[in-house]
Amino acid sequence: MDWRFWLIQTFNGISYGALLFLLGSGLSLIFGVMRIVNLSHGSYFLLGGYVALSVILATGSWVLAIPIAALSIALVGLLMERLFLRRLGFDPLRQVLLTVGFAFLFQQAALDIWGGDNRDIVPPASLTQTAVVGGLHLPGYRVFMIAMAAAIGLILWLVMEHTRLGAAVRATVDDAQMARGVGIDTSRISMFIFALGAFLAGLGGVIGGGFLGVYPGLDFQILPIAFAVVIIGGMGSLGGAAIGSLLVGIADNFGKALFPEISYFTLYAPMALILAVRPTGLFGRE
Amino acid sequence: MMVAKSSAMVTAGSVAIGIGLMGMPGALAEEIRVGFIAPITGPFAQAGKDMVNGWEMYVDEVKNDFAGATIKFILEDDQAKPPVGVLKAEKLIRQDKVHLIMGGLLASTGYALAPVSTREKTVYIAPVAAADDLTQREADKYPYFVRTGWTSSQPTHPFGEWACEQGYKRIAAIAADYAFGYETVGGFQRTFEECGGKIIQKIWPPLGTIDFGPFIPTIKQDADAIFTLMVGPMSLQFPKQLAAAGNTKPVIGGGTSYDEFTLPAMGDEVIGHISVLQYSAALDTPKNAAFVTKYREKYGKVPSYFSETTYTTGQMIQAVMEQTGGKWPGAEAFVKLISAVKVDAVRGPVSLDDMRNPVQNIYVKRVEKKKMFGYDKEELWNTVIKTYPNVSQFWKFGKAQFLKQPVYSRDFPPCKFCE
Amino acid sequence: MTSRTKAVAVAGVLLGLALIAPFTDAFVILLITRALILAILAMSLDILLGFTGLPSLGQAAYLGIGAYLTAILATKFNFGLGWSFWVVVVLGILLAAATAAFFGLFAVRASGVYFLMITLALGQCVWGLAYRWNSMTGGDNGINLPGRPAFGIQLSSDVAYFYVVFGFFALSLLMLYVLVKSPFGRSLEGIREREVRMRTLGYNTWLHKYLAFIIAGGFGGLAGVLWAHANGHVSPEDVVLTTSVDALLMVVLGGPGTLVGGAIGAAAVLFLREYLSTLVAWWQYVLGAVYILTILYLPDGLMGVATRLRRSSIALGRPEDAKHPVIS
Repeated sequence: MDWRFWLIQTFNGISYGALLFLLGSGLSLIFGVMRIVNLSHGSYFLLGGYVALSVILATGSWVLAIPIAALSIALVGLLMERLFLRRLGFDPLRQVLLTVGFAFLFQQAALDIWGGDNRDIVPPASLTQTAVVGGLHLPGYRVFMIAMAAAIGLILWLVMEHTRLGAAVRATVDDAQMARGVGIDTSRISMFIFALGAFLAGLGGVIGGGFLGVYPGLDFQILPIAFAVVIIGGMGSLGGAAIGSLLVGIADNFGKALFPEISYFTLYAPMALILAVRPTGLFGRE
Repeated sequence: MMVAKSSAMVTAGSVAIGIGLMGMPGALAEEIRVGFIAPITGPFAQAGKDMVNGWEMYVDEVKNDFAGATIKFILEDDQAKPPVGVLKAEKLIRQDKVHLIMGGLLASTGYALAPVSTREKTVYIAPVAAADDLTQREADKYPYFVRTGWTSSQPTHPFGEWACEQGYKRIAAIAADYAFGYETVGGFQRTFEECGGKIIQKIWPPLGTIDFGPFIPTIKQDADAIFTLMVGPMSLQFPKQLAAAGNTKPVIGGGTSYDEFTLPAMGDEVIGHISVLQYSAALDTPKNAAFVTKYREKYGKVPSYFSETTYTTGQMIQAVMEQTGGKWPGAEAFVKLISAVKVDAVRGPVSLDDMRNPVQNIYVKRVEKKKMFGYDKEELWNTVIKTYPNVSQFWKFGKAQFLKQPVYSRDFPPCKFCE
Repeated sequence: MTSRTKAVAVAGVLLGLALIAPFTDAFVILLITRALILAILAMSLDILLGFTGLPSLGQAAYLGIGAYLTAILATKFNFGLGWSFWVVVVLGILLAAATAAFFGLFAVRASGVYFLMITLALGQCVWGLAYRWNSMTGGDNGINLPGRPAFGIQLSSDVAYFYVVFGFFALSLLMLYVLVKSPFGRSLEGIREREVRMRTLGYNTWLHKYLAFIIAGGFGGLAGVLWAHANGHVSPEDVVLTTSVDALLMVVLGGPGTLVGGAIGAAAVLFLREYLSTLVAWWQYVLGAVYILTILYLPDGLMGVATRLRRSSIALGRPEDAKHPVIS
């Protein structure tokens, strides 16, 4: 195994991590602001992919599919938050069961609407070229995923750190009661964040659909990995989600390449360990 | 599925009433109750639907007349979970008093259902589940188990020889890490190495892998070809990611890597890839042409081997019932009779060996983009490029000698040439 | 109802079940047997969730440990198919409790949502091993057991096996009941309500929770041993996340903190799923709706409905007594 092996594996790990960031950042935001453990987050990811497939089928435009899919999923998230989750207050157990109930509903609905075939989102040909750099083959789509995650991450960071809205969100994460005290409408913030989280998951579903496929079962397959990202990075922290995604992406990649027999163990055992030592994750705030 | 279920029941019911009105009590048609287990919800629902469609199409074709007997078809959803399948099988046998159960999509389900058939002394027909030992080293444990599909290593035995003929000397194998993957690769490795080839590497991505980033870079650069065994969503992503990583080597593989279940969603990068199975929807026989056209008209898609195999199972049950004059002969006699049946199936001639696994043609197929059966669109088809006729699960080794070796596994045959 | 009449009622129901079950349909008795096993699992979870306030999302791990231990001993060592079955029961409980003792070191420090997450991660570790450790667990195929134990009594008879499971269920119920009524159980409830206060009163709350975690694991292991023989097969499906979520639903549906509620919830979920999936193809919608409606409208589960009905009939004309927040 020469340096090329390590380099390409690192690149693959980073690109996988980039996809995980799109998935995990939303989950992390939702948790940070609302303390909601959203088990339908994997469903948002899958539904995003399916909506995109329908848009592509109807219009033939992949570019158009991205915003439409992400916005539709944001709407689904918004409705779920307004109509159901808000009524539960801060009871993690009931949130878990409610969101898992929705995950089952979404699973069956997707099967009834889009059928059970394995599908694939085909991105424009310009993104599926492969760049050859110094003898390394860098698939264009992986590069695109990294660029997309970086762009989204940057936008999120700018919004969170440099806008009034971001300041209000941060205040709500730190102390919701205090935030209400200074006149921040935390209910509105929660709604916004939940919709944003769903938006990011839907977006991830479209981008991921070109790389992982779109098929029934993807929802529950991707969900625990999203949790690994959020748990390792720390819940409620954008930077944590970024670093968590990279760590999980790279660790999972090397774990599978070097110790394939225990690959799932290499993902979940560190997750449990980190939780035990630092329950709030590497970068989470108490 | 509800439609399927209720229509079959209605047919059965109306036939019974019709005969009752004729007032011929002696000629009352016998009702054969068939319990059908397939995933109807969950990730594998479409494969389950394909299975049901093939069966339903046969029953409709013969107007539910099995030499005078009618079949009452009772469908149960196992969600592709073995423990659920076990409970459903018990329900069908104990509550619905079915004469036989059939179905089970995954190898793991077949493996879990076989002991139920022994325990309940009820015939179990596996049209899809391919775990080798169910009709090999463990066949004695499951006397009511009949297979109408295939064993995992059955197609890859001839495929190993075929690979030698192509002049491949060194092949890297990458296959899903579970029993089906081991058996498929094992069969290939055995015959390929016996004719002088070398498997120089075995890579085992976990079942369900969709990001092959960790595995593709480890494929040895000096291999002549890559042998793959993928299933479900894995099949769709592997060739795409392999091509994007700059692969130029020939790619060959087990049937599920390119079967018609996944092929329509695949991209042009799979053109030229070669795989092996007991069925291809592009099989150029009048019988298959008729089957594909009719199936496609009825269900809107090209049939996969999941559909062909349940259709053929219907044919085999029909052949048995013709011999008994439409009477259920009892479980033991049924197994004996179906073991002796020879049918001219869509996939070609099919008969069972004495361990109740089909002896059948094995097809080497190349993915091509072309028009077939008069459809006016260019599509991907598995063109048959070589036929190995009447292949048994023991290939040329002979039963006794074959059964002496252990079942193919992760470590058997040992990888002598792995570097 | 006093606790005495309650106990009499439960005993009456159990006695009735023991008398009626053998005369039910040959399939229904299988369902009842499975419901009783899942009831043991649900009650074990109730010790954590209902009595200690720890929502575990990984209880299936202990079921899996008991089940895989039974299957591996039976197939690889031909052990546990005669009198040694009873040894396997003890081993299953001990191994699951030992695992819980190990996992508990990580998990019990956390609370609330962090406890959920960490138990999820630990449960996934066990699933990962079951799914990937092919040489030991058979991977995706799982393990077929050679048959049920026989020691004078043939457990392959479904009626005999029902009585064995019934016995274990009744014993578990009794033991757990004694446990929750003991001073130890009372302190658990104290911790659930006000942990800080209990700590200032001098209780070692960590140790209490840790012990509850181990006890729950042990009973989960018992359910696993019985589960393996009920199916004749163990599979990674027994250990997946959705099995753990199911167990939670059973407890919440039945009524947390009541023990019996877990059993009722287990039976309700099992029978609902079994019969619905036979009747209609869209049964997943119904199941999803049950989850959602339970959470929204039955905060205290089915047992809570009974209490509410009774209260409102006693307290006619005194609405303030009958009022019970529908959504807490």
